[in-house]
Amino acid sequence: MKTYYNPDDLKKFGKIGEFQKPLADKFFSYYGDVFKEGALTEREKSLIALAVSHAVQCPYCIDAYTVDTLEKGCDEEEMMEAVHVAAAIRSGATLVHGVQMMNKTKEVSM
Amino acid sequence: MSTATKSLKKQNSEFSDIDYQLKVLHNGVKDQNLDSFSTKLKETNLFPLTTTGLDIFQINMGKMCNQVCSHCHVDAGPDRKEIMSKETLQECLDAIAKSEIKTVDLTGGAPEMNPHFRWFVEEAYKLDCKVIVRCNLTIIVANKKYFDLPEFYKENEVEIVSSLPHYSEKKTDSQRGDGVFDRSIRALKMLNEVGYGIEGSGLTLNLVYNPSGAFLPPSQSGLEKQFKRKLKKDFDIEFNSLFAITNIPISRYLDYLVASENFMGYMEKLVNSYNPTAAEGVMCRNTISVGWDGYLYDCDFNQMLELKVAVADKKRQHVKDFDSQTLIDRKIIVNEHCFGCTAGAGSSCGGEIA
Repeated sequence: MKTYYNPDDLKKFGKIGEFQKPLADKFFSYYGDVFKEGALTEREKSLIALAVSHAVQCPYCIDAYTVDTLEKGCDEEEMMEAVHVAAAIRSGATLVHGVQMMNKTKEVSM
Repeated sequence: MSTATKSLKKQNSEFSDIDYQLKVLHNGVKDQNLDSFSTKLKETNLFPLTTTGLDIFQINMGKMCNQVCSHCHVDAGPDRKEIMSKETLQECLDAIAKSEIKTVDLTGGAPEMNPHFRWFVEEAYKLDCKVIVRCNLTIIVANKKYFDLPEFYKENEVEIVSSLPHYSEKKTDSQRGDGVFDRSIRALKMLNEVGYGIEGSGLTLNLVYNPSGAFLPPSQSGLEKQFKRKLKKDFDIEFNSLFAITNIPISRYLDYLVASENFMGYMEKLVNSYNPTAAEGVMCRNTISVGWDGYLYDCDFNQMLELKVAVADKKRQHVKDFDSQTLIDRKIIVNEHCFGCTAGAGSSCGGEIA
């Protein structure tokens, strides 16, 4: 059965350079640098990436950063808390627009 | 991971068959068009793998254990009856005495369950050897006859190396069995009480992390900080160093990988993470491993795959005819499971290599 997402495609990510190498090279170099230990640890960055993966709803990223966080020594509780952070921001972003709805309602209401 | 109550051998599992394991490993590499371990060594000018000396004498005192861990490469458990005899242990002492070896590393199973364990530790200590015991922790609280083990270790200045796969109860119990975390914490407190792991005591207590699933271990130093912080905060427990060890795809861990359909992905990851610096420092290069029946192997993993040391004179394969130079001159037997020791930062009984 054909699907839009194929888990094996994740392994082919590095091949995006076949169609446009200079930009792919720049991206992967940048990507590698971003995840290096800096002011934040690699472990912290991996948990952020896991949360963002859920926010952008990327199945490839979720698979990749689930394993990556485990390989950084995180446990399930920490990982799920990171996902809740993403969920809280997404739901908060929806709800804060409720203020706009309230403003408009008040503007057009007697 | 979920824990079993019987060994693979007791279950008559095909994964207790050595030839079957080697075939699965071989196919895991070949069917994915991955390089074999020998090819990787050749590409990095390390083939054939040779020794760098003979510093560590590791003895597997038997396969009997009070636990049945789901990743155990020994397939150890209460139903395993293979334990080293006093005669073979004496042959080990004779071999150590006539060599330059100063480190004796005791493993199992639970080595403490061997009835000659305490006698042997005392004799090795008299030979001026540093004795390392790979203690599973729970044995200390398993029966009152073991309650004084911390004192015994202290008297003989034993270095303790103990598995604690995670500071979370759930992750530890999923790998080592229900209730193991609680009992491990009790045992760690008993070790701390006599001074083990306490700065300035001179008594070393190292912990071992290994992944509770089909993934590689994290960086050792970062994880050590995390373990120290959590164990101190939650249980007021102290220890010296944390060793991060990779699970080797043989025996029960291989069974788990295949059953959970993670085997191919895990092998691919191991092969693609091959690190020549780690390969250069693998522990088989300065270690000899002795099986419960006295036969000699390059490491505990080759021992479980019954790959005896490659020496021309077959009688030299047994500890009773131990000859240091013959062993130093040997070529180390490698197979696809060796990728477990060379992935990423590498893995040994002392944790990371590279």
